[in-house]
Amino acid sequence: MSVKTMEPNTTEARAAEPKTVSCEAPAASAQAGKNAAARRAGRTRGTAIAMLLALLAFSAAYIFWGRDRLPAGEILQVLSGQQVPGTSFIIMDDRLPRLAVGALAGAGLGISGALFQRWLGNPLASPDVIGVGYGSSAAAVLAMLVLGYTDWRANVFSLAGGLLVAAVIYWLSASGKRTGSRLILAGLAIGAMLQALIQYLLSRAEINAAADAFRWLTGSIASSTWEQASILGLGLGVLSAFVLPLVLRQLKLLELGDDTAAALGLNVSRARVLLVFLAVAMGALPIAVTGPLAFIAFLAGPITAALTRGGINILLAGLTGATLVVVANFFAANLFADISLPVGVITGAFGAPFLIWVLVRANSTGNGG
Amino acid sequence: MTASPSTTAANAPHHAKTGDKTSGKNSGPRTIGGRKLSTKITATVILLVLLCAAVAASLLFGARSVSLSAVIDALRSFDPENGDQAVVASRFARTIGGLVVGAALGLAGAGLQGLTRNPLADTGILGLNAGASLAVVLSMAFLGATSLNAIMIAAFLGAAIVMALVYLVASVGREGATPIKLALGGAALAVGIGAITNAVLMTSKATLGQFRMWQIGSLSASPVETYLAAIPVVLLGAVIVLATARACNAVAMGDDTATALGFNLGRWRLAGSIGIVLLAGAATAVAGPITFVGLMIPHAVRLLVGSDYRWLMPVSVIAGPILLLAADTLGRVIAPPTEIQVGVMCALLGGPIFIIMMRSGMKSVSL
Repeated sequence: MSVKTMEPNTTEARAAEPKTVSCEAPAASAQAGKNAAARRAGRTRGTAIAMLLALLAFSAAYIFWGRDRLPAGEILQVLSGQQVPGTSFIIMDDRLPRLAVGALAGAGLGISGALFQRWLGNPLASPDVIGVGYGSSAAAVLAMLVLGYTDWRANVFSLAGGLLVAAVIYWLSASGKRTGSRLILAGLAIGAMLQALIQYLLSRAEINAAADAFRWLTGSIASSTWEQASILGLGLGVLSAFVLPLVLRQLKLLELGDDTAAALGLNVSRARVLLVFLAVAMGALPIAVTGPLAFIAFLAGPITAALTRGGINILLAGLTGATLVVVANFFAANLFADISLPVGVITGAFGAPFLIWVLVRANSTGNGG
Repeated sequence: MTASPSTTAANAPHHAKTGDKTSGKNSGPRTIGGRKLSTKITATVILLVLLCAAVAASLLFGARSVSLSAVIDALRSFDPENGDQAVVASRFARTIGGLVVGAALGLAGAGLQGLTRNPLADTGILGLNAGASLAVVLSMAFLGATSLNAIMIAAFLGAAIVMALVYLVASVGREGATPIKLALGGAALAVGIGAITNAVLMTSKATLGQFRMWQIGSLSASPVETYLAAIPVVLLGAVIVLATARACNAVAMGDDTATALGFNLGRWRLAGSIGIVLLAGAATAVAGPITFVGLMIPHAVRLLVGSDYRWLMPVSVIAGPILLLAADTLGRVIAPPTEIQVGVMCALLGGPIFIIMMRSGMKSVSL
């Protein structure tokens, strides 16, 4: 399947659909186009509200039905600011930070995945598939098992590893000139190499350290602290406030094709570098804290696209990612009575059928490559 | 020196439909197709000599250096009390392992690439190894499987299910199962399967201890009996895959042409898939998942003997063990006193080669 024949299709389908209708068609269909656009906006709003409600509902459910059953009255007391021995600790220092870290991590991963998917015009090209996620993971495992860092320094490693791998893949694919399949294949190869590296580091480590690293590799929010939540919140907040709006504007232009974007006055290569940096950073920050939560980056975008019956909305994908993690966290705590599974296990196991759904959907619409 | 031009007839435009997309300069048939018979024979002989050298190196080199005479003594009359000879015995086991696993993976890769006309086909890239891993872990954790036969059956089933799934999913849509759809689908499924594998391992530290050594892909973990037990399965798979060589040649000219030539492609592909699953499953069961061997070997062999699968497949059987034994020996001496497992070495060597093939716009890899 050729890149050249595939990509114009997908970009045109995405970017030009509302425009051609509303700009060039006669008045009647312009009206219809406006209606369609309004319906789409309505669906986006509706999806966002539904996601938000689900997020709040499952957060509340988790506060009341976490692993240990606590009296609802005591929980309400704690939430209204009183100190109740035991319950206060469980709510304030375990469940709430867990929810905060989970939601933030999900949002970061969702946005990261959606940015890659939109830019490469391929719903399968999420950072966890094309190797960037493995870069973060391998660097963090290296920091943990070889250098013995378990604090913020592991985060720095994870971020640096993700950026480094992204830079290498970007360079290998002729500076990312929308050579979609090349970038994806280079990512696959690098991902396979990094997986081997992770396996090697795991096999060299002492079994308990290996088990810890393994737990981290599965993705867990069980040991979340307010400190982690604030680091994550600060990092993602700064990126979202200062870089994301610019990247979203530029992404719309990039999706029109490099030539058009350049004609419209965009510095294309700088815009691409900024986009890759943002996408990697939004993904690597959560990975450093929680480990690579399986499929969140992969699924958030396609789920929003299916719900809104339109393209991938980046911000909505962030909200969806947050909701997915919080929902998974609720099930992780309640699904099995005797073992508390890490949340990454739930997202991995329940994500697999969705993964196949995304593959089939992408292939049947001709977006799979 | 007057080879008739008809020897080139077998090299119909290999991967023709995938050609000349990224740049015009690749539009000519750069795939080295028609080799003269003498060239093919020379290449085969050289590879056989290299194989002997690789076997010798695998027996001789390692963390502890052993003299040639000790190796010969050990092979003549084995004395378990003698330290040097014990070292040779362990190296003997992994040399046998390298031969069996390398041959299986090389041939499985050639079969996969031939039957699907997919230059990126590899048991690792398409997720077969991941499927075999998950099945093995499940059988270890829940069925208490420890015997090689049980692990091998689990590996076959896992590889077969994933292979069916990847093809099923990739063939949805207009263009059918294109190389990149297969590669992406395989990679995505491997991520998912890996998550489930991790989930199972999480519940049991004992399984993790047993599995993390297996999962890395290593020839040092098993005794020689394990590798010997895999030989009948590998032979069966090899016979089946080798029998598809003519069908692969026909497929190289396009599915329509192959059908017109009288090949029932569905049946050939099914038979070939069974052989490939036997080869890949046996290799994975005894040595763990090893990526990129099945990808690199057929491409390298194609450069030497051309793209006639009646040559390419048997020569891949010779070339696979060379790569695997060389990687294993290199892993032993590269960072003494520790060893780097062959699975890691193959990934570290294979990744860059994959990227170089992709970047140089080699016709067979351009998509």
